[in-house]
Amino acid sequence: MTTQAAPPAGRVTGQPVRRKEDARVITGQARWTDNLTLPGLAHLAIVRSPMAHARIGKADVSAALEQPGVIAAFTGRDLAPDYGSLPTAWIVSDDLIVPDHPPVAADEARYLGDAVAVVVAEDPYQAADAVEAVQVEYEPLPAVVDPVAALADGAPLVHAGQATNRAFTWSFSGGDYADTRRRAKVVVSRRFVQQRVMPTAMEPRAVLAEPFPATGEFTLWTSTQVPHFVRLLMSSVCGIGEHKLRVIAPDVGGGFGGKLNVYAEEAIALAVARRLGRPVKWTATRGEDYLATTHGRDMIQDVEIAAARDGRVLGLKVDLTADLGAYLQLLTPAVPLLGRYVYPGIYKFAAHEFTCQGVFTTKTPTDSYRGAGRPEATFAVERIMDELAAELGLDPLELRQRNWISHDEFPYTTVTGLTYDSGNYEAATARATELFGYDALRREQAERRQRGDPVQLGIGVSVYTEMGGLAPSRWFGRHGYTVGGWETASVRLLPTGRVEVIAGTSPHGQGHETTFGQIAADAVGVPFDDIDVMHGDTDVAPWGLDTYGSRSIVVGGEAVLRAARQVVDKARVVAAHMLEVSPGDLEFGGGRFSVRGDPDASRTIQDVAFAAFAAHDLPPGADPVLLAEATVDPEAFSYPHGTHLCAVEVDTATGLVTVRSYVAVDDVGTVINPMIVDGQVHGGVTQGLAQALYEEAVYDAGGNLVTGSMVDYLVPSAADVPPYVTDRTETPATTNPLGVKGAGEAGTIGSTPAVVNAVVDALRAYGVTDIRMPCTPERVWQATHGDA
Amino acid sequence: MCAVPAGANDERMVLISTTVDGADHADEVEPRLLLVHYLRIRLGRTGTVVGCDTSNCGACTVLLDGLSVKSCTLLAVQADGAEITTVQGLADGDLHPVQREFAENHALQCGYCTAGMIMSAVDLLMENPDPSEQEIRDGLEGNLCRCTGYHNIVKAVRAAAAGLRAPGAPA
Repeated sequence: MTTQAAPPAGRVTGQPVRRKEDARVITGQARWTDNLTLPGLAHLAIVRSPMAHARIGKADVSAALEQPGVIAAFTGRDLAPDYGSLPTAWIVSDDLIVPDHPPVAADEARYLGDAVAVVVAEDPYQAADAVEAVQVEYEPLPAVVDPVAALADGAPLVHAGQATNRAFTWSFSGGDYADTRRRAKVVVSRRFVQQRVMPTAMEPRAVLAEPFPATGEFTLWTSTQVPHFVRLLMSSVCGIGEHKLRVIAPDVGGGFGGKLNVYAEEAIALAVARRLGRPVKWTATRGEDYLATTHGRDMIQDVEIAAARDGRVLGLKVDLTADLGAYLQLLTPAVPLLGRYVYPGIYKFAAHEFTCQGVFTTKTPTDSYRGAGRPEATFAVERIMDELAAELGLDPLELRQRNWISHDEFPYTTVTGLTYDSGNYEAATARATELFGYDALRREQAERRQRGDPVQLGIGVSVYTEMGGLAPSRWFGRHGYTVGGWETASVRLLPTGRVEVIAGTSPHGQGHETTFGQIAADAVGVPFDDIDVMHGDTDVAPWGLDTYGSRSIVVGGEAVLRAARQVVDKARVVAAHMLEVSPGDLEFGGGRFSVRGDPDASRTIQDVAFAAFAAHDLPPGADPVLLAEATVDPEAFSYPHGTHLCAVEVDTATGLVTVRSYVAVDDVGTVINPMIVDGQVHGGVTQGLAQALYEEAVYDAGGNLVTGSMVDYLVPSAADVPPYVTDRTETPATTNPLGVKGAGEAGTIGSTPAVVNAVVDALRAYGVTDIRMPCTPERVWQATHGDA
Repeated sequence: MCAVPAGANDERMVLISTTVDGADHADEVEPRLLLVHYLRIRLGRTGTVVGCDTSNCGACTVLLDGLSVKSCTLLAVQADGAEITTVQGLADGDLHPVQREFAENHALQCGYCTAGMIMSAVDLLMENPDPSEQEIRDGLEGNLCRCTGYHNIVKAVRAAAAGLRAPGAPA
């Protein structure tokens, strides 16, 4: 374990500083998109397809127009001239099929909930009434629900103009897997199913578009993680000059990937606002959000591991079928691509074979969901490692220790070509097993197995790493991503010595105002309360690549640090002039410039800020505006890692799984705010645990989402999840000056396999070798007792 | 009781009187108007939010005559004559201990569930001033949070409970 020196007194970096964001939230003063209103605001509601797949015949809005308060109504055909196709930003292969994706379907609806018409009314109740009055004739077409069946010859097509439902195929190999497999003494294979899940940010999506007809300008408020993507892509989709479109993400109530997109409703609101010359607002109901916000996961993983008799892993083969849903949204095809690189996990082996097929189905498109590809990959490798351990009769931790990259082997380049810069799996695992009481739990497990306890104890292990800090623009470019991954920040030192930070990332609960404020406070040497962090408004922060992929602190945090240091350098020139020395003679610390060797000769940063602003006596070349902007484009990803241990009790009579204890020891590099990191881990673990035990978006054979409300889709409550024990090791990243690795996705990535491994472990003595997620009582009971 | 005002322009409208966060209101409303929309749209009390359409998430929780209700599951007309407290009316000069402990214990991230979570916790502590961890988890079962994993929410409610039980704490 690398131990960091204690921070110098007065520093706020590394401290559990309470959040700047909270005051407005706990008093009900947050600014959610749906809270906003404007003079002349009209309310938009969307008519959605009640069928998974249908040709749209006559669409008649005349009855809706007769309803009280209705201002306008449009069919897909009406609006077709107003915008282009919704884009995908990641062209993952040369053979990628990118179907046309109209914001409102004009000819064919391709999933339950696909928009088919739009109504606008004076109030939202009237708009909801008008939806009921729109008459649309549908000619049913076959639903395409099962991605494997969708690939068969003669399967009905989701997009009739294409030859196949296969959107892309990639393959990758490193080493000679076939030969490795022949030589291997032990080969274990499993089919794992990553069920479809729904991100379920607590705030349903909402959009408000305000037109300025005289100038052709628009302001778009949208509940999004990516206002800069929305501006860039919506300006193109809707034919608005980029300079005439201002996008604002106000307070955003969670995202988890579900708001990492450029959505139909944003184009619809802009188009309708432009037609009517009035501001319009759309707010999803929860049911609508479940249909029209992207879903996550939904992959079938055929995984095979080849090993020597002593447990040395020799190779891994992965064959992936990814259900993309009906269209390619912003990053739909890239999710399995991001996963592809981390299938080797923390392990050293030389042979790897990977294939992936992306498949269109008549379902809501899939896209990023917390971790985006990396949780799926980690699940596969950590589950198959447990199966291999069982096959070899080894303790799962022992098998991992025999195969993991040891702390003195970094940097380490994996078979997929990623170079992990740093890590210490031994230290995190040692701490986790100690906190968990691993050996005592194993003894209890053996004893309960021995006496045939109807409630069995299971212990699940997951030792993960992931690629965080999604950034390197060159890497993105080589892999077909349309944009880069750099990040930017500005720091302004105001005349009173207060500081404004403008960040290019756009948070939705992560607390950037606080963590970026901590970084800036220490770098500029002003009190934390004297810092304001602004973000999420393209007029305020015109540049930025937004928040996803555990990138904000890694890429954006470094940008804040650099900009803050540059502001200090500008102030240094003024201070030196004030103190009649050269800038090189000054030391800076604690917000004060002091002459080296003469500490009494000093000026505070606040004094310097005002002197610069007054500009009465500036040295040549000094600028009264103490402003700096810095842009960062890392050369490499960051690699957070951790060891998660889960103990479950499984009632073999009922199939009920109860989590008894959960320990997460994560290494996210240097920690800026431990309170916030713990919070990220708690929430991430809960989402991963929910995938393991509770959540599944279920479609019936007709393509109907039968879990389309919170009654049917089990988002866990406080009563469904355990308290967590969290701790950290701190191995600083070597690839950025803060040493940070990112903490947003780690919990989700580590937890799902830990929980499922625990459930399977509990029932291993019953011959159970896998249970499909979510491990509901019914599935657990069936696995234990047979399907009869 | 709800009175249908004589001579109203639209006979479907119903006159209701409420006290919301200490302010008296009298409004004609459609009988179908949900209480949460009355608060948000008619009164502009947007601190109370909507997270679902099935009464599951609890984001819209307010106190109605001192008891927690999901304001998406009540019609505005059912609140006629009632005293309603939202998260915006909870602080009495100083923050309510539950509000303060939510911030102190990092019991919110995006904060969308927070208004409802705080109001449910206030109700829980009025009913049970010294809840165990399990009683807090069970008591808040009707409020969903997607960010925090509930760990720090439970901590915050325990801390608020301790504060409220301390001598000199607000009644």
